[in-house]
Amino acid sequence: MSETIKQQIQNEIDTNPVVLFMKGDADFPQCGFSARVVQILEHVGVPFKSVNVLADASIRQGIKDFSNWPTIPQLYVKGEFVGGCDIVTEMYQAGELQALLKEKNIALTAAS
Amino acid sequence: MTQRNAASTPEADGVRARRVRDALTAAFEPARLEILDESSRHAHHVAMTRGPEAGATETHFRVYLVSRLFEGVNRVNRSRMVHDALGYEFGSGLHALALTLRTPEEESALA
Repeated sequence: MSETIKQQIQNEIDTNPVVLFMKGDADFPQCGFSARVVQILEHVGVPFKSVNVLADASIRQGIKDFSNWPTIPQLYVKGEFVGGCDIVTEMYQAGELQALLKEKNIALTAAS
Repeated sequence: MTQRNAASTPEADGVRARRVRDALTAAFEPARLEILDESSRHAHHVAMTRGPEAGATETHFRVYLVSRLFEGVNRVNRSRMVHDALGYEFGSGLHALALTLRTPEEESALA
């Protein structure tokens, strides 16, 4: 992974409290796993920045190397890697995702 | 809440599925291990219909694994342990791996 790509990813997760690296964008996900995480984040009511890895092959590979995680989607909260679709789903179902967002002082926009 | 539907989906038995089973069995001494091949449900995806991997099989798996080795390990690191055990597969065409990873205690708490 080039230093530029690494910087670009670091910048995304530093400047946005919640970032989802996904296939497609939030309005039109291109993968069922990405779609599910979008759905959960929207249901919880947390604003998030989405990064479409399909739009940039170097980010698509770069985020896997950056996170040491082989699949997409990948969710970051306050610069920390939270997980992919399975983990986000399990955390949501257990109420842990909501707790994490609260702990990190991230305001929710909608009632969950 | 249904985590899986083992009753209607046969255990995967392809070449990769068998490699995955062998690797996970060796690495985790599983109390329980189920591997489902869900590739056919994703066969219409762009990556599966065009380009170098068109027509590839055994690309999407779901794994249910119960092991003592997950005790005291958080979710992300449990998955990383599995990814590490299956590194070769990700380098050779495995696209997606849905993981449910539990300790025996967590598993029995669900019963």
